[in-house]
Amino acid sequence: MAEKKEILLSIQNLSFSFDTQRGVVNAVRDISLDIRKGETLTLVGESGCGKSVTAHAINQLNPMPPGKVDHGKIMFRGTDLLTLKRHEIEKLRGTQISMIFQEPMTALNPVFTVGTQIADVFMTHQHMTKQEAMERTIDLFKLVKIPAPERRVNSYPHQLSGGMRQRAMIAMALASPEPGLMIADEPTTALDVTIQAQILDLLNDLKHKIEMSILLITHDMGVVAEMADRVVVMYAGRKVEEADVFSIFETPRHPYTLGLLNSLPSNTKYKNARRLEAITGTVPDMRTIGAGCPFENRCAYASQKCGQEFPAETVLSESHSVWCHNYHMVKEG
Amino acid sequence: MPVGASTIIEVRDLKKYFTIKTEGVSEEKSLLKAVDGVSLDVYEGEILGVVGESGCGKSTLGKTIMRLHDKTDGQVLYRGKDLFAKDPSAMKDMTLKMQMIFQDPYSSLNPRKKVSKIIGQPLDIHKIGTPEERLERVAQLMEEVGLNPKFRTRYPHQFSGGQRQRIGIARALALNPEFIVCDEAVSALDVSVQAQILNLLLDLQEKYGFTYLFIAHDLAVVEFIATRILVMYLGRIVEIADKHELVGNHVHPYTQALFEAFPATSPKGRELKKRIVMGDVPSPINPPQGCHFHPRCPYAVDKCRQAYPPLKEVSPGHSAACWVVQKDI
Repeated sequence: MAEKKEILLSIQNLSFSFDTQRGVVNAVRDISLDIRKGETLTLVGESGCGKSVTAHAINQLNPMPPGKVDHGKIMFRGTDLLTLKRHEIEKLRGTQISMIFQEPMTALNPVFTVGTQIADVFMTHQHMTKQEAMERTIDLFKLVKIPAPERRVNSYPHQLSGGMRQRAMIAMALASPEPGLMIADEPTTALDVTIQAQILDLLNDLKHKIEMSILLITHDMGVVAEMADRVVVMYAGRKVEEADVFSIFETPRHPYTLGLLNSLPSNTKYKNARRLEAITGTVPDMRTIGAGCPFENRCAYASQKCGQEFPAETVLSESHSVWCHNYHMVKEG
Repeated sequence: MPVGASTIIEVRDLKKYFTIKTEGVSEEKSLLKAVDGVSLDVYEGEILGVVGESGCGKSTLGKTIMRLHDKTDGQVLYRGKDLFAKDPSAMKDMTLKMQMIFQDPYSSLNPRKKVSKIIGQPLDIHKIGTPEERLERVAQLMEEVGLNPKFRTRYPHQFSGGQRQRIGIARALALNPEFIVCDEAVSALDVSVQAQILNLLLDLQEKYGFTYLFIAHDLAVVEFIATRILVMYLGRIVEIADKHELVGNHVHPYTQALFEAFPATSPKGRELKKRIVMGDVPSPINPPQGCHFHPRCPYAVDKCRQAYPPLKEVSPGHSAACWVVQKDI
């Protein structure tokens, strides 16, 4: 990216743990990231890597207890979000930080029409009359390309298809006077691929229309390729690589990022191959991770040092950093 | 058809309808035509991939072939013998040779049984071997799928998702099957684990010459593993061809839309991508008249709205069901 825009949200050294019956799970360890105005930052990683916990820490959606912030700050427009009281963060959720989820059916209330639920946001946070709110809702439905919006506002969630429900959720997320940050947690994972393509197009389209920042959480490198400006790769609670999207795909420097790309059957290198280059082994138990690099037990490049201490940041270029002792051994592709 | 390959499964005009209650208080019932007249041959040793979006009937097809559902009409033949023949003892012989691997490694394993019991259950049911021999076979199967046999006294919850899928595979292998239906067998797994399981399925296939019917919604996975691919849409086959032919020269507008909707593999040139499919998949309860795809199809003409196109060969081994492609308009 040529020009650097103003930082909208900054997560600084966040550590988050869950005190479970079977021990303390350090779900997120020392994560820092910045989201700039108008950019799409994707957090990518596999189940349990802490990507959702990181994102949910922003608007305090992690259950606390058992969850607990051990360390860190989340700065948004001059305030540390982690210090806000419940009603303060609730206000922020409806006005400046919105969220869309994987399964819109569970995020929408089944006993109210979708129109009422979105109009409610306008009425609560912007004190509109019911009629004004309904009109704005219909406008939003047009913006997210729901066909026959005048009729659709009167539908109940179950009467809409999965794709339409996700569009309604996006409309709800936009129902704020100054949409600042949209957190999209696996927004297309539950959708069919032709519908996914439409929703991704819509999000890209909206991002350009209204200067909105998107924090996109996904496990799917294909979605990353379509959407991201910058990418943060997480593994077992740690940030392991951060770069602009082109560097991530073309010159990955962390063995895990490389392994993730090599695991994709759609990788062009497998045109005529009969086996994939899979990462061996499984994700470590999050309760017993030591001080070293959590990827050490699966890593082809691991050395003795890797088991002992987590590597410091290596800056490879202005837009590319990696956290790996042996990054220089990792060849691209 | 590959030269010299024999047909292991023949599906003839198979139909599977479900009767369901419609919305509201009325007692009115309607028919969901999940599989609506599917005919296909599965050749020995091939991996036939089945792709399509939710509700296209791909899983119902797999389950009906396995006789987990009763058919509504049509025939399924296993090496020429009717699978729906009433004689249960003949059935039992045939089902020994056919197994299934399921999507969800959490719900497809009994949480109250030890792994050795789960993997050995097919042997117990069919009374194969002495208890000692069965234990030995279980250990051997666990080794085969990459699980440490000393974990055989553990319960499913003590394993990760990928390991559970390996347990499901070991169970499917227990009776030395010939034909295995993999129903979204890797869909619930993380991508790094998915790659391991795909490799395992390929290793096993090479070693034992299995025939797979590989059902998945993920085009990339099917494109990688399959040797032949069929595309389903609302209960019917719309296109079928050898993998390379289907990937390189697909002709049906729906297949085209599927390939175009599939996310890019690299961010390069993503701005230039164009997409054609509009709107949602219609409900399979009341599919559109004529060709089911016509409301979403950019090439639809009058004939498409009136009659469903037959599946016709467009080049050797490559068939498509589309009036426009068949130039019959």
